[in-house]
Amino acid sequence: METFEPVIVAFCCHYCAYTAADMAGTMRLDYPANVKIVRVPCSGKVDPIHMMKALELGADGVLVAGCLEGDCHFKTGNVKAARRVTYVQTQLEEIGVEPQRLAMVTMSAGMGTRFAAIANEFTEQIRKLGPNPVAAARKAQAAPAPVAQVN
Amino acid sequence: MITAERKPLAEIIDYIDNCRRILLVGCNECVTVCAAGGRKEVAMLASAMQMDFMKRGKTVDIREMTLERQCEPEYVEELAPFIDQADAVVSMACGCGVQEVVRRFRGKRVYPAVNTSFMGAAERPGVWAERCHGCGNCLLGLTGGICPIARCSKRLMNGPCGGSSKGKCEVSTEIDCVWQLIWDRLKELGIEDRYEEIILAKDWRTERGGGPRKIVREDLAQ
Repeated sequence: METFEPVIVAFCCHYCAYTAADMAGTMRLDYPANVKIVRVPCSGKVDPIHMMKALELGADGVLVAGCLEGDCHFKTGNVKAARRVTYVQTQLEEIGVEPQRLAMVTMSAGMGTRFAAIANEFTEQIRKLGPNPVAAARKAQAAPAPVAQVN
Repeated sequence: MITAERKPLAEIIDYIDNCRRILLVGCNECVTVCAAGGRKEVAMLASAMQMDFMKRGKTVDIREMTLERQCEPEYVEELAPFIDQADAVVSMACGCGVQEVVRRFRGKRVYPAVNTSFMGAAERPGVWAERCHGCGNCLLGLTGGICPIARCSKRLMNGPCGGSSKGKCEVSTEIDCVWQLIWDRLKELGIEDRYEEIILAKDWRTERGGGPRKIVREDLAQ
């Protein structure tokens, strides 16, 4: 059976998680290629619709990565992001999509090791959950009709 | 502003489950301010509906639109070019907006996506509280600018009931006793003697007692 390789979108704050990801690279730490990074000026810039759209358009998991509590460059962007993540999780629950597919994490710019660890853990968590049911349905719809079988 | 809250997704989906083309319409006024039915909420609901349908192997075509004011015919008219391409309209405006769309497009099914709640003000970001009941005969001039109709659980007009305790209402400790607020305000203004004045029994015909209400300004009416 084909191994399921999840697609994970990570919205990373420029001031912490994005730099931490960079540091993970500099430190030659391995983390799965499944994690696709989108750099944002602050985790507070990530709107609920960005999280929803990522999942709607095929991501299997979404990470919002911001600064440690109290360390936000814009004071409270990370706190707002955490609340929005909780809100979107309730919306996902309503439509029967596992809320665990979305998570908020925090780290400082120097935590390259933590970034790599989180990327590994979250990828494993999503791998266990399996493909996003919406993405699977989308793929099935897009697939060409099966060729008629001869008896 | 008129406040509203989005309905549970299951209820909305139940209305439109047999439809394949949906016109999802928000409003740029009150429901935008109370984060229930503005452009952002329209996008969120469209995404949630899309995901719900896809998950069940169904396809749905959702057109998102947000009108300047859904309670005015001039703006509702903007839906006309798109209305025939939709099996149903889902409105995220207050009840007034929903009914204005119904009035203009008689042959179209129109469903509400929000529960219209009350006329209120923002206490702080994300928290809205009832402030006006629309009784049609404003008492604020007598009560220090604080409304006992909208904010007293019993709509009492001459002081608190026995359930007032430590400035809170017996219904919930989260509700201020409005007559405590009124008394404090009258004292601040140095007009506590106003409290002694008896407010006569209210004429509720200006509220709903006289049936559905209408305002006609002869100089403006066409």
